[in-house]
Amino acid sequence: MSALGELGSLRGKKPVGQKKDNLAGYLFLAPWLLGLFLITIGPMVASLYLSFTDYNLIQAPKWIGLENFTRMLSDERLHNSLRVTFTYVFVSVPLQLAIALLLAVVLDRGVRGMAFYRSVFYLPSLLGSSVAIAILWRQVFGTTGLLNQVLDVFGIEGKGWISDPSTALGTLVVLNVWTFGSPMVIFLAGLRQIPTMYYEAASVDGAGVLRRFFSITLPLLTPIIFFNLVLQIIHAFQSFTQAFVVSGGSGGPSDSTMFFTLYLYDRGFGNFDMGYASAMAWFLLVIIGVFTAANFFASKYWVFYDD
Amino acid sequence: MTTETLHRSLAARRASGVTWARIRPLVIHVLLAGSALVMLYPVIWMVVSSLRPGNEIFRDPGILIKDLRIENYRVGWHALTEPFTRYLLNSGIVVLGSILGNLVSCSMAAYAFARLEFAGKKFWFAIMLLSIMLPIHVVIVPQYILFSNLGWINTVLPLIVPKLLATDAFFVFLMVQFIRGIPRELDEAARIDGCGKASIFLRIILPLMVPALATTTIFTFIWTWNDFFSQLIYLTDPHMYTVPVALRSFVDSTSSSSWGSMFAMSVVSLVPVFLAFLLGQRFLIKGIATTGIK
Repeated sequence: MSALGELGSLRGKKPVGQKKDNLAGYLFLAPWLLGLFLITIGPMVASLYLSFTDYNLIQAPKWIGLENFTRMLSDERLHNSLRVTFTYVFVSVPLQLAIALLLAVVLDRGVRGMAFYRSVFYLPSLLGSSVAIAILWRQVFGTTGLLNQVLDVFGIEGKGWISDPSTALGTLVVLNVWTFGSPMVIFLAGLRQIPTMYYEAASVDGAGVLRRFFSITLPLLTPIIFFNLVLQIIHAFQSFTQAFVVSGGSGGPSDSTMFFTLYLYDRGFGNFDMGYASAMAWFLLVIIGVFTAANFFASKYWVFYDD
Repeated sequence: MTTETLHRSLAARRASGVTWARIRPLVIHVLLAGSALVMLYPVIWMVVSSLRPGNEIFRDPGILIKDLRIENYRVGWHALTEPFTRYLLNSGIVVLGSILGNLVSCSMAAYAFARLEFAGKKFWFAIMLLSIMLPIHVVIVPQYILFSNLGWINTVLPLIVPKLLATDAFFVFLMVQFIRGIPRELDEAARIDGCGKASIFLRIILPLMVPALATTTIFTFIWTWNDFFSQLIYLTDPHMYTVPVALRSFVDSTSSSSWGSMFAMSVVSLVPVFLAFLLGQRFLIKGIATTGIK
């Protein structure tokens, strides 16, 4: 609709240059448009169709109506994978953002060597999604791993953090929190935007460090906090590599690290149950969409826009 | 409450303020350096352990090397079906193709969105922004079916062709933001000199957006190098394995005795990322600060 409106207004203003721009515009956009339809929208529509079928890649897809979705309702492993994913998202994201914010505030207060610390804290964000770091995590939290060796120095007896179903997910939470560097850099950029005169005025009025943080920094930073929250939640819902490698591809022990994405992979590419996997993928899209929408809705009540 | 006591209390406050002001930076530095060390310690320890004799990984939590060995690297390099060189090469091809694809296709789309007026622009721009947030899982099954029908499984094509079609919309957005900052007067001047849309793009915009292109290159490099999910799905033949897929098959195929060589190859796989980080820090920090990409 807005596209039509734009078309009309353009026609009114520049009837001569219009046609030429359209051609150039769509020529430059051609690769992206091709990709949009062939690689993104086409497959999306196809996967919506497949979610109503039984399909194993060999025989033709068979229409089974809502059966995949009713099967999801009674699939215990799927329910478990949702629990695991939700726990992961709602524990690791707030922790990660809190640490990112804390360090950003500390670094923003004119610490000498700020650029150095920023780089060091940012580095894990680049390494964190690699298989190599997942392998390292497997060792560090293993029965004879680094953590237990260090604990041993202090005379504390550790345990197999990854082989114990009650702590395995925790090691993945730690890994996600470890990559707090990129939200931290975004916070730092946001802090730069806060005019120093606010702080000066507050200092003159006798406001202490905490008061200044809660009355100036935090309210003015809420748009950035919101932005980071939306981004990191979407990102965390899709986590795959770390759980896959740390658990040796199984989501174990006893499904305690079976993320929704791992279960989807297991159904689709382990068992070639492509119809069910497509239904799961659409369900994931709906979950992420609902949480993002809820985030935007809730933002009206706590995000503060200065202008 | 004589003036003397008032003076004294003020002096005391000032004195404590002075010492705190002097100590504070020190305390902050100790805390920051401490947390940085704790964060990076496991990675440093992995590098050190890969240079020690095999089984010390399970015994020595320290980071001093008494007995430097490169045995783990020699063994690890040849531990899988192919020498590790092969996996590095495969990863290199995928990374190079992806970078080229992103640079060409994303800059073209970004130029259209930032500078050209055409019907439906706002609509497509909104779609582009939405596609950034789309989980790969929603499209991966039909994509897999499509590419397997084309006979592209176990080739690099499913990993590179989408980049040639600007499916990494992050970078389109990043470049749009950058182009908007280039003064339009430059376009105008070139137009008056007789440049068409294409030559304005090639001669004015592209040379001026080198920083955005650099950011795109570095991010594409690191993300593609680390990417696991799509490489795991499309590359199942051990000859075609990229570094992450090879590493993960290492986890499957080895017993605890070869942790040393697994660590060694993990370190090898992290070196390019680390170098990209060192060389491209400036662009990386700017990139995430302006677009908020991970």
